[in-house]
Amino acid sequence: MAHRAILVAQGVAVGLVVLLFILLAWTLLTEEGGDLAAAAARGDRPQAPDFTLERLDEEGELRLSSLRGKVVVLNVWASWCIPCKEEAPFLEQVWQQNRDRDVVVVGLDAKDFRSDARRFMRRFGLTFPIVYDGPADAIGGYGVTGFPETFVIDRDGNVVKAFAGAVNTKEDRARLRAAIEQALSS
Amino acid sequence: MRLRAISLVVGALVACGAASASGPPNAADLEAELVCPVCETTLDQSTAPVAQRMKTFIRVRIAAGDTEQEIKDALVDEFGKGVLATPPRSGFGLLAWLLPLAAVLAGAIAVGLLIRSWSRRRAPPEDELPLDPQLDRLVDEELARFDT
Repeated sequence: MAHRAILVAQGVAVGLVVLLFILLAWTLLTEEGGDLAAAAARGDRPQAPDFTLERLDEEGELRLSSLRGKVVVLNVWASWCIPCKEEAPFLEQVWQQNRDRDVVVVGLDAKDFRSDARRFMRRFGLTFPIVYDGPADAIGGYGVTGFPETFVIDRDGNVVKAFAGAVNTKEDRARLRAAIEQALSS
Repeated sequence: MRLRAISLVVGALVACGAASASGPPNAADLEAELVCPVCETTLDQSTAPVAQRMKTFIRVRIAAGDTEQEIKDALVDEFGKGVLATPPRSGFGLLAWLLPLAAVLAGAIAVGLLIRSWSRRRAPPEDELPLDPQLDRLVDEELARFDT
């Protein structure tokens, strides 16, 4: 009887270890982050992970895939991020200059307080759609490692170019405009 | 005497718990129980800008009279459940509390079974067990007959 109980206990222990290995393997296999920017740099045009998030600029939610057919400039930012403050006026300019050309700038505020984000939007006069991802769940698939990061997404929802860090230099801004033109023409 | 000492200690602990539950939340305690979403250490260990902002938020809410749970709920609403250093004691988070207890219990049962198994193995074999007194007497009588 005791021998059988020991065998059962051993079986349960081995089963638990196998289960943990399966969980580990599943986590490693399904983790998408990190490679998206590298894939875009190679010219692979990976699919931009879809998300549905609460809007901060108005009531309701925004689903990224609802913007298919338009070029999306997705900018990941937070109000406490200093380079984001330097970059914000340029993004508003990109939005104003391209909004009639099927280009949408979407701000994605993450790891932030909603109230701080709204204050940031008012301070910099941001008028483009802005969504909120406090827990940063949606940006995991983008492999965002720091703020800000910007992704230019074509009409089919594929990432044409990714910019890690602020798009603040003259060269970076020219590269962003070129990526928008590339996405529009594809 | 020992019973009285134990009851005094338990009474003191209960009184402390009641006192801390009824008083305003302590900012330092909350900072040790909440995680910075950027650096993923507890707030008291973090100097990240968002952690500083969260610390300010906690102090403002304490001053406004919020309870510890209300402050935690407000931060979970902003940053998600990952902001809690310890998992919630309900729903899926309850598993994190129950699994270690279950593991300890399973370990105790396994150890108990092992000890029982070893003690059985060390028991004297059946042929070394003392004879039944009646049988013992009969054997002695038979042996005595050989001696005579």
